[in-house]
Amino acid sequence: MTQTLKARAPHLPGEAGVWVFILGDMAMFAALFITFVYYRRADVAGFVHSQHALNQQLGALNTFFMLTSSWCVALAVHAARAGLARRAQGWLLAGMACAVSFVVVKFFEYSEKIAAGITLTSNDFFMYYYMLTGLHLLHVLLGLGVLSYLWRSLCAPAGHSTLRTLESGACFWHMVDILWIVLFALLYMLR
Amino acid sequence: MTQRVSWLWAALMAATALSWAFGHGLGAGADLRWSGTAVLLIAFLKARVVFLDFMELRHAPAALRLAFECWTLTVAGTLVALYW
Repeated sequence: MTQTLKARAPHLPGEAGVWVFILGDMAMFAALFITFVYYRRADVAGFVHSQHALNQQLGALNTFFMLTSSWCVALAVHAARAGLARRAQGWLLAGMACAVSFVVVKFFEYSEKIAAGITLTSNDFFMYYYMLTGLHLLHVLLGLGVLSYLWRSLCAPAGHSTLRTLESGACFWHMVDILWIVLFALLYMLR
Repeated sequence: MTQRVSWLWAALMAATALSWAFGHGLGAGADLRWSGTAVLLIAFLKARVVFLDFMELRHAPAALRLAFECWTLTVAGTLVALYW
């Protein structure tokens, strides 16, 4: 009974400070998403025409990598809670492999655009495309650093602080996933 | 719990496939803006699944969960309104 009550008590995953950072970052991206759709209204035909130049298959592949990476990191937190540090490390490694794959795909996508002469200054759509995906890519690279740090922290004997650190890093990574989910819809799918 | 997260991952992949279909002509017989609205709503439903179950906000203090619910509602609502 006590266990059931304990399980239902509210639990703040990670450190409070991380949530301030996450909420601030999400507010900034919210403003960027709204700005993008606001300017899209002024030139719907131009934005849709430019969107055709995007490689949607690569966008979808990166969605697969982000969602899978987030899933692996969620499983790593569950494994660490169950005291299975090695298994948690394995899931983190799988999550990092997906994140690296995302970066590689993004590199090919950017190369493809640049080779076709499409740059930041081509038009408004591509200015937003490079700005939004570039900012997101920076978060992915930062997240990769965070995931490696979490992997190393699991080498130490498991404790309350290790789990807190793992939860904090995992929540940051899930935020990066959420931002990509919205970006994929706005840049690649919205007609 | 682990099993739930895995089922949700599969649901997120299925939702992505549905979003792809809406982005490639599903429902195009009607006003294109309906399929665009579906794409936006699917994206924010996916985001909600990630913050409730992957970030574990379902069991977080109410204020934090409320902040994320407000983010989802406000951003989704504003984007759909601007899109139309």
